[in-house]
Amino acid sequence: MTDTITHSYLENTGKYKGLLSWLTTTDHKRIGLMYMYAMMVFFLVGVILGEIMRLELFRPGQQFFNAQTYNGIFTIHGIIMIFTVVIPGLAAVFGNFSMPLLIGAHDVAFPRLNLLSWYLFIAGAAIALTSQFMGNGPPDTGWTFYAPYSTQTHTNVVAAVFGAFVLGFSSILTGLNFIVTIHRLRAPGMTFFKMPLFPWSIYATAWIQVLATPIVGITLLMIIAERWFRIGFFDPSLGGDPILYQHLFWIYSHPAVYIMILPAMGVITEIIPTFSQKRIYGYRAIALSSLAIAGVGYFVWAHHMFTSGISTTERWIFSLLTFVVAIPSAIKVFNWVSTMYKGSISLKPPFIFALGFIFLFMIGGLTGLVQGSLATDIHVHDTAFVVAHFHYIVFGGVGFAFFAALHYWYPKMFGRMYNFKRANIAFGFMFVGFNLLYFPQFILGLMGMPRRYFDYLPQFTTGQQISAVGGWLLLIGIIIMLVNLFSKKGAKAPDNPWGGKTLEWTIPSPPSQENFDTIPQVTEQPYNYD
Amino acid sequence: MEMHRDDLGARLGMWIFIFTEILLFGGLFLVYAVMRHRYSDEFHQAAHQLNAFIGTVNTVVLLFSSATVAMSITAVQKGEKRKGVLFIFITLVCAGIFLFNKYLEWGHKISIGLYPGSEMMVGLKHGYILFFSLYFFMTGLHMLHLVIGSIILTIIMVKILIGSINPGKYTLLENGGLYWHLVDLIWIFLFPLLYLIT
Repeated sequence: MTDTITHSYLENTGKYKGLLSWLTTTDHKRIGLMYMYAMMVFFLVGVILGEIMRLELFRPGQQFFNAQTYNGIFTIHGIIMIFTVVIPGLAAVFGNFSMPLLIGAHDVAFPRLNLLSWYLFIAGAAIALTSQFMGNGPPDTGWTFYAPYSTQTHTNVVAAVFGAFVLGFSSILTGLNFIVTIHRLRAPGMTFFKMPLFPWSIYATAWIQVLATPIVGITLLMIIAERWFRIGFFDPSLGGDPILYQHLFWIYSHPAVYIMILPAMGVITEIIPTFSQKRIYGYRAIALSSLAIAGVGYFVWAHHMFTSGISTTERWIFSLLTFVVAIPSAIKVFNWVSTMYKGSISLKPPFIFALGFIFLFMIGGLTGLVQGSLATDIHVHDTAFVVAHFHYIVFGGVGFAFFAALHYWYPKMFGRMYNFKRANIAFGFMFVGFNLLYFPQFILGLMGMPRRYFDYLPQFTTGQQISAVGGWLLLIGIIIMLVNLFSKKGAKAPDNPWGGKTLEWTIPSPPSQENFDTIPQVTEQPYNYD
Repeated sequence: MEMHRDDLGARLGMWIFIFTEILLFGGLFLVYAVMRHRYSDEFHQAAHQLNAFIGTVNTVVLLFSSATVAMSITAVQKGEKRKGVLFIFITLVCAGIFLFNKYLEWGHKISIGLYPGSEMMVGLKHGYILFFSLYFFMTGLHMLHLVIGSIILTIIMVKILIGSINPGKYTLLENGGLYWHLVDLIWIFLFPLLYLIT
């Protein structure tokens, strides 16, 4: 740095002005924000698609559109939400914005590669969206693209699959970048066991991104080759095996659930000690349980296939491993609650969102074991119960953790505060709405309501209508939250509004382009509150 | 803003990228293992259709090209720019020979109607179909990597010529070399699995 005046990263000082200066940036903080804005658009599209499905399901029979359209809507809802929102989700936004700040680095290891990842993300999302408007209509396979249907349907599967492939490539490059960053750019003195726990969770996540995503990449290419050239890998009439597709797909797509949830857990682990003003309980257990989840989570994929006819041996091994992977998750919940014990708790919005996360995540996690258990899974497989479980983890878990992270780091991101009262009201709407929306689906599933069905028997009507009302409340909550955060500028934020102890709170809000004028020396554990 | 430079970090990143490439092919090797187990006799017979001589030539050519890439790195480290460029050029010539041989192989098979989706192929026994599908898919994806590797090496060759890769700064060359070794390594596994199981 030649001049002594430091500019905030939000000011344009480079070669280009305005939008172009953002699109050519290699600053990890700006790239994190660009991911966030893009994801918000995708998220809102996904939410609206979800609400439309709820409207269609308000009464039995056809209301607004036919079954084929419904299949198209749940497919694109899944593709958008899974591949462009929750998988990149916290890792891309806060892994980019916060992780280098937390480890005391100027930037990630490969800033230009980081920008390339963002462009690949946008390109992949755009390609996936073209599937809606080109070819023979929107894909109707569900986001899992199960063979042999996905290789035979006349809808535009190739665009969606190729979009997912490009998004996977973006995810791999982000993971690679974060691994090297954490290995090479930690501040001097910050050993792995002096590193805050959000970077720990990003580290575990990055390894899953790198080691699992290539498998789905090649599998998606096989689907394309199957459609274009009839290679026959998954086509029984040519000697192939559709179950093989399910294996290859879930070898990635189950670990992908941990790509979503691990950074969420990491965020919660930052928020709980800050708002309890207390040292985290069981630092090492939390750090290592992230790696344990990443490691064991790699070997549970076939629990998605208990009813597909795989052997009994396979079923009980995968069931056992599924129960095993619940242990490190439970360790984290135990440690969060223990951290709060005798802490001086301040009920600010990020902490309230974090509490919401723990509650919803526990319901989601425990109902997961109902499906991990071989006998009960037969009853609930492919019912609304699975839909409820999945949304409790992915929306109640990842989504609420994302909002918690947003409320936690918002002052650092924009240098502004927001209205706490409105944030709490938004949380209230979202929390009540969420439970009204998804809890009835557990009961409907147990009663026998199948998932992905456009029509249903009259006895399910009450449950579906409660769900719809919950969906409206949830939407109101989301709107209040976004308006509160983004409609007008709040008061100027201090450098450390929450009394946090990690490195990002030692620098100005918003940070300068370089983050740290001089890289800090780390001598102590993070979370030194007492 | 001063540019941050970390050669070790760059190499670490490249190695991780190479893991992902191996896992990408790993999915195909898994399909190969499952199908070979299921149709071992038919795989055995179908492999007779491949030309082991051309396969062997290509293996030798690729191994040789891996050596020349390594020699180019040493040459650049010693400051012998002309030799560095020459060895990269030889590597690219090897890549051309490999592609030409593959063109002969694929061209022959396609001319007799043996390619995925052809009428002849669909009528074959299941093990044959899957063997040839795997053959085209695996060697095709490998060729794509070979072409990408050649493009990278071409860029590197230009950078050596204009001096932006030099004895003080050659991480890009090393990483390009690593990628080329990966292309070689994958072929080393494809060759016996496809050509030598007769």
